[in-house]
Amino acid sequence: MSPRVTGAIAARVLEQLRRDPRTVALLLGISPFLLTLLRGAFDSSPETFQQIAGPLVGLFPFTTMFVVTSITMLRERTTGTLERLMTLPLAKLDLLFGYGIAFALVGTLQALIAAGVAFGALGLEVAGSTAVVVALAVGNALLGMSLGLFASAFARTEFQAVQFMPAIVFPQLLLCGLFVARDEMIGVLQILSDAMPLTYAFDALDRVTTEGSLGARGALDVVVIAGATLALLAAGAATLRRRTP
Amino acid sequence: MLGAAMASASAIAVHGLRVRRGGNPVLRDLSFDVASGRVTGLLGPSGCGKTTLMRAIVGVQVVEAGRVEVLGAPAGSRPLRARVGYLTQAPSVYGDLTVRENLRFFGRVLGVREGRADETIETVALGPHASRVVSSLSGGQRARVSLATALLGEPQLLVLDEPTVGLDPVLRRDLWATFAELAAAGTTLLVSSHVMEEAEHCDELLLMREGRLLAVESPEGLRQRTGRRQLDEAFLALIEAEAGEA
Repeated sequence: MSPRVTGAIAARVLEQLRRDPRTVALLLGISPFLLTLLRGAFDSSPETFQQIAGPLVGLFPFTTMFVVTSITMLRERTTGTLERLMTLPLAKLDLLFGYGIAFALVGTLQALIAAGVAFGALGLEVAGSTAVVVALAVGNALLGMSLGLFASAFARTEFQAVQFMPAIVFPQLLLCGLFVARDEMIGVLQILSDAMPLTYAFDALDRVTTEGSLGARGALDVVVIAGATLALLAAGAATLRRRTP
Repeated sequence: MLGAAMASASAIAVHGLRVRRGGNPVLRDLSFDVASGRVTGLLGPSGCGKTTLMRAIVGVQVVEAGRVEVLGAPAGSRPLRARVGYLTQAPSVYGDLTVRENLRFFGRVLGVREGRADETIETVALGPHASRVVSSLSGGQRARVSLATALLGEPQLLVLDEPTVGLDPVLRRDLWATFAELAAAGTTLLVSSHVMEEAEHCDELLLMREGRLLAVESPEGLRQRTGRRQLDEAFLALIEAEAGEA
């Protein structure tokens, strides 16, 4: 691994985004837009908005980074640039960390804007620190990125990659505890939910926004999020082959 | 001394190479050497295995059997990655970046000096288009961006998969002149084409058909052996001679 090459990858990914202002506008604009919709939809029960909007600020970057990364990586595979990169003096980790740095920056920006709109204009109030919410959002962006990198290996076309969003992300959102408390689900789903990294991301966010601090259980959540991110990156690295049939 | 001289004589040594793709044999027991500091043409009809052979030489192809040595090291091994330049048949550059952004990126990965990107842009005659986004260029221009990327690191071995396809005749002539200059300066070039007339520009030829090598010799040698002036006729004569033997 070399900082020069890792930096080159990160700068290139950001440059590609900069060349695509519409994607940037969507990346940064969708979360505030959806939060605003939510605020309006729950106009008659503001307490519901207060309860779910906090965790959502931290979960949005997960979903967007998942999609953006899986499509970007799929394009590297289908346009032959990945094959070219694999013939160059570049470590697989350079590629993965380069992507990680670029998308962590985008995720941070995204979380800051969503948090700014939610805590500012929409009057969202949380028990804990807003900085911790933003930090968790960045962690979730990286989790989404590593899941997207890994998932992209199983898609041949962009159509398939887009379908991974409902196939891989929606179940995690449904079962993480955001919509229904996990102890009210049938047993099988509770076990399934225990196995999904997003559950821990939601738990941590929920604890910060309702109880005010991460607490001891929160440390476990953070370890699981970080561990899942690294494990998925390692799995993603294993799908990057220098030699192909 | 003699040992060193012999070792440097061949840039690529292939022995007993066999590759299968999707269950079908694509390369059937190939053995040959490519001399260093020369332009070697890899010619044969579409689908004869040229691209697969080039992929094996740069080390991105899973091979079934055989040995491929490049610049004295196993193909695809780490020390070779900065010394071998590869042009894929379909342009493999980032369509959403400009010509210059593409070359600067690959330049940073390779660790080449500042200014090298603009030099290679000039080499492939894309100077006036350097600030254009690659996806807005024509197919031939895009191919040249990809070629510039392969030239960027001043590699000792250039493996070029159909670099002149779809280019206008003037540009094609200029590129072949560039290849000859590079070879004169000590670079080894392996250049594929499915157009026999391109064979004229090569010092040595590897003629392929259906995964086998028909001949490894110079254009002049091929003419003398077959008694044909035109290289495409010479190629035909070889195929017919082989069919006659079988």
